Amino acid sequence: MQIYLPIAEVSVNAFLLLGLGGLVGVLSGMFGVGGGFLMTPLLFFIGIPPAVAVATEANQIVASSFSGALAHLRRRTVDLRMGTVLLIGGLIGAALGVQIFNALRAIGQVDLLVRLSYVVFLGIVGGLMFIESLRALRRSRAPGGVKPTRRKHGLAHSLPFKMRFRTSGLYISVIPPIIVGILVGILAAIMGVGGGFIMVPAMIYILGMPTKVVVGTSLFQIIFVTGFTTLLHATTNYTVDIILAVLLLLGGVIGAQIGTQLGARLKAEQLRILLSIMVLAVCGKLALDLLIQPSELFSVGAVGGH
Amino acid sequence: MLRALLLLIALVVPAQAEEVVVGLSQNRIAITTNFDGSEILIFGAVKREEAISDDHPLQIVLAVAGPSEPVNVRRKARRFGIWVNTDTIEVDRAPSFYAVATSDDWTKVITDTEDLRHHISIRRAIRSVGATMAGSEDFTEALIRIREGKALYQTNIGSISFEEQTLFSTSVRLPANLTEGDYTARFFLTRDGAVVDSYETVIAVQKVGLERFLFRLSREQPLIYGLMSIAIAIFAGWGASAAFRLVRN
Repeated sequence: MQIYLPIAEVSVNAFLLLGLGGLVGVLSGMFGVGGGFLMTPLLFFIGIPPAVAVATEANQIVASSFSGALAHLRRRTVDLRMGTVLLIGGLIGAALGVQIFNALRAIGQVDLLVRLSYVVFLGIVGGLMFIESLRALRRSRAPGGVKPTRRKHGLAHSLPFKMRFRTSGLYISVIPPIIVGILVGILAAIMGVGGGFIMVPAMIYILGMPTKVVVGTSLFQIIFVTGFTTLLHATTNYTVDIILAVLLLLGGVIGAQIGTQLGARLKAEQLRILLSIMVLAVCGKLALDLLIQPSELFSVGAVGGH
Repeated sequence: MLRALLLLIALVVPAQAEEVVVGLSQNRIAITTNFDGSEILIFGAVKREEAISDDHPLQIVLAVAGPSEPVNVRRKARRFGIWVNTDTIEVDRAPSFYAVATSDDWTKVITDTEDLRHHISIRRAIRSVGATMAGSEDFTEALIRIREGKALYQTNIGSISFEEQTLFSTSVRLPANLTEGDYTARFFLTRDGAVVDSYETVIAVQKVGLERFLFRLSREQPLIYGLMSIAIAIFAGWGASAAFRLVRN
């Protein structure tokens, strides 16, 4: 069934969109990631204009992160105070990101910016995750105990403006979480992702937060940052396609539940390796597109910001 | 009304040798949620008061054009090992849709001079005055090539069937990725490549219903539209969470 998207102004198959939403939903349920980093490139591939894909995906992530955060709030695994500090940074970052996005769009380089961001960040995160999970697999096979790592006193402890985060059991400066928030906000606006794949490692390794509150807190922050991004894109670019968002949502919601069931049957290390391979595959595909001479050197775009 | 107008023109204007009279299957196209392109059937006749001359046969050219707007055409080149957009040319006016149909080979139907005067072929319909850069033709060619690939630009040589130099019919296929606006359909009756008579009519392409409501809301009340999008997302997220908790318990 073909459906005409009012904002994207293209006609696409509704079942294709439901299927894509479902597929990405299964993966995000399995691995506990938002899936924005997979969905946005997939939308490019099926012919949705990049600007619409990025803005609409932000809107879809509002829904999936809200549903996830509710579950975490019930289990009390959300550090609301840390979430709020990250959120302040996130809002500043999102505003900056939309400005950068619009400026580059006007000079026709937004496609390059989005693709390059994907290649760089997916490459780094996928690579690190792959190495890390290989090590973990080897360690679990090797005999003998694992050396307990000592709690480090890093940068977060020595900077000023300290604050107590009771849920996380931390007493650290607010500067690192704000900077993390800003970076994630910029990424959310430019790449159309929630930024969980950057924020979760940053919270564990830079801020030293306990793993059990990390996912819930990042989801809590993502709701507001992607909501704000949606609003900014809707008011400055008019690129949020609500029909596209609803179709992706319906598929995604069902897929996520199936994915969670599947994920429960696999081991954590295996899951991490699978996820890192997938991240690297998307990164590789996008990198090839930049490196290989395209068959059509020309492209057509509207004049000006819109 | 159309007929009355034609009659009026026929009465007022001193009797012309040959006139083209046209009818369309629809002059309004509604873009609905399940819009999947549309086909317009076009039929017409030549009105004349003298005998048909077989030595210099009449021909018909049809040009359907969507609303024009300026576009940027960009070219990629290799920089630091990756392919990036480097050159840009702004084409002043390019129709969002353009279809040309003829009743015979292009050269038999119309001369270059007439094409230039009436901007009939796609190449003539695109205007790029500001493009002074060397090789700017490459950019216009690329624009035509890309839009032809999406069926937005079509040249259908010989697709008008013309019976006895009197009755003609054809159809124009409008693709699913249409933009809104007034589309003009121009008909040219030619003899030996020169335009004898022409006729112009408008086809209104409009989003309707939900499509129209959402599109207008997003442009006129972007803040409300944005808030609505977020509200729907929040509601869907909550609904999903609640529904699956119900299923599990």
